[in-house]
Amino acid sequence: MGSGSSHTATIPDLDDIRRETGFSQASLLRLYRRFRTLDQNKKGYLSRTDLEQIGALAVNPLGDRIIDSFFPDGNLKVDFAGFVRVLAHFRPIEEEDTGNQDPKEPEPLNSRMNKLRFAFQLYDLDRDGKISRQEMLQVLRLMVGVQVTEEQLESITDRTVQEADEDGDGAVSFHEFAKSLEKMNIEQKMSIRILK
Amino acid sequence: MKTLLKIFAWATLRMERGAKEKNHQLYKPYTNGIIAKDPTSLEEEIKEIRRSGSSKALDNTQEFELSDIFYFCRKGMETIMDDEVTKRFSAEELESWNLLSRTNYNFQYISLRLTVLWGLGVLIRYCFLLPLRIALAFTGISLLVVGTTVVGYLPNGRFKEFLSKHVHLMCYRICVRALTAIITYHDRKNRPRNGGICVANHTSPIDVIILASDGYYAMVGQVHGGLMGVIQRAMVKACPHVWFERSEVKDRHLVAKRLTEHVQDKSKLPILIFPEGTCINNTSVMMFKKGSFEIGATVYPVAIKYDPQFGDAFWNSSKYGMVTYLLRMMTSWAIVCSVWYLPPMTREADEDAVQFANRVKSAIARQGGLVDLLWDGGLKREKVKDTFKEEQQKLYSKMIVGNHEDRSRS
Repeated sequence: MGSGSSHTATIPDLDDIRRETGFSQASLLRLYRRFRTLDQNKKGYLSRTDLEQIGALAVNPLGDRIIDSFFPDGNLKVDFAGFVRVLAHFRPIEEEDTGNQDPKEPEPLNSRMNKLRFAFQLYDLDRDGKISRQEMLQVLRLMVGVQVTEEQLESITDRTVQEADEDGDGAVSFHEFAKSLEKMNIEQKMSIRILK
Repeated sequence: MKTLLKIFAWATLRMERGAKEKNHQLYKPYTNGIIAKDPTSLEEEIKEIRRSGSSKALDNTQEFELSDIFYFCRKGMETIMDDEVTKRFSAEELESWNLLSRTNYNFQYISLRLTVLWGLGVLIRYCFLLPLRIALAFTGISLLVVGTTVVGYLPNGRFKEFLSKHVHLMCYRICVRALTAIITYHDRKNRPRNGGICVANHTSPIDVIILASDGYYAMVGQVHGGLMGVIQRAMVKACPHVWFERSEVKDRHLVAKRLTEHVQDKSKLPILIFPEGTCINNTSVMMFKKGSFEIGATVYPVAIKYDPQFGDAFWNSSKYGMVTYLLRMMTSWAIVCSVWYLPPMTREADEDAVQFANRVKSAIARQGGLVDLLWDGGLKREKVKDTFKEEQQKLYSKMIVGNHEDRSRS
C-alpha cells in the first residue's frame, strides 16, 4: 500500500539533485516512488540484491554490467541521489539543454558525450580508458552466452577492434569509440522518456 | 454508495486545487507505467540502430557492431525505471482519493473541510462499522466450527450433505456481511459442478470466502496451526476437503494423486484452486502453475475483480500479517467485487498442460479486464531462472553468427 507520504518535502537534497540531473520535479517524484518500491527492506538505499530482484533485468544479458554502473568504486549501497544520477544519463535531450550552455557549468549528464561515455564504461571494466580485445570478448560472451564458439567470437572481436582502432594499439579508446559512432542517433537510442 | 463516490471525486479535486495554490507537486499515479515504451523486437531495434549509425550500404545485416550494446543498455535501464512485475506486488494506485489515509500519497494539510470530512470518515469506520463487523465475524467463525462439528457426528448420507451444505453457506454469508462485501455474480449458470476443478485468480484470502458463499466447494490447502487449524479440522468432519501437511506439498506427485482421486469420485465436491500460488494485486494475472491442469478434469474458470475505490483487498503478505490485514479490511468502506463464472474448459488433445493453463489464464484475464503476464508469481520471493536469459542470448547470437557463416561461405 502507498504508506507514508512521498511528496516533495520528503526527498532529501531535492534542489541539488534537480540542478545536477535536470529532471523535473514531477519526474523526480516518480523516480523516488520507484526507488522506494525497489528498496524492499526500507533501508533508505539500494543494494545489488534489490536490483537483481527485477525479473526483466535478470534476463537481460548485460544485466550485471548495468547493475555495476550503479555501484562505482566498489560501493555496496546507492542512495537516491546516486540512483538518479545514473538514470539522468538517459534523460532525453531537450532544446533548453543545448541552447544556453554556460561554458563554466559542467556538461549536463544527458549530453551526447556523456551518454557515449556511459556506454563506453559498460565495455571498459578496468576503467583504463581503453577497450582491450579481452574486454570486448567478455562483453560479447555475455551477450551470446553459450550459443557461439570461442573461435567465432574471437574472429568477430578481432574484426570489430580492427575497424574501430585508428592508432593501431590493438584497443579502442574513447575517442575512437565516439568516432565510429558519430553518425549514430545516440540522443534517441539512449533516451527514456518519463511520462508527465 | 454513489454519494460516497461523489465525495471522493470532490475530495481529490479539492486536494489538487490546494496543492496548486501552495505550489507543491502532487503525485499522480499512473496505472500503465511511468515511461514511454516502444514495443519493438530485439531484431528490429538492433537493425535500426546499425542502419542509423553506419554509412555503408547494408544488403544483409552485418556482424556485431559496437552500437548493439545500446539496445541492451536501454532495455535494462527501462526495466530499472519501471517493470511489469514488481508493481504487481504492491497495492494498486487509485486515481481519486477515497478518504483513507493509507491510499493518500500527498497526505498533508490542505483545507479544513477536507480534514473534517476525513475525520468523519475515520469516526464512522472505526467506531461504527468496525465493532459491528468484528461481532459478525466472530459469530460467523464460531458458528462454522460448531456447526460443522455437530454435522460431523451425523451418519453419512444425504441428510448430512444437505445440512453440511447449508451450514457452510450460512456461515460464509455471515462472514461476507462481516466484511461488507458487495459482490456481483455474473453467469451463475456456469457454476462449477461435482467432479470438476474451479480455478480463479488470487488476490487475497477473502477470495475463498467470496466464492464459497455462492457455491459449495472442497478446499485445497496447507494444514495450518492455531485458529485456522481448528477451522480446517472442523470443516473436514462435515465434508471431505483436501488438506496437506506442509511436507507433502513439496511432493508434487502425491498432491496430484490426491487431487485426481478426489476429482474422480463424482459425489465429491468441485475443488477450489488458485494456480497463481501467491497473492497478486488484482491488476494482472500471472503464470498459472501447471499441476492442477495436468489432472485431466473439467476446469471451471472464475474471474474475480475487485473495485479498489472503496477498499483494496490485496494482501501484501510481506508487509502485513493476517490479523493486521483483516483489521484493514474491516476498517475500509466496503469490499466491492465482481465474480464472473466462465464456461467450462477441457484440455484438448494436442495441448499440453502448460498451454492449457495459459489458455485458461487468458480467458480469465480477458473477462476480468486484467493484464495477462507470462511471469511467475514466485518472483515475489525468488529470482528468475536463467533459461529466460538464454532465450535473449539465443536471439542475439542468431543475428550475429548466422550472418558470419554466410560470409565465410561466400
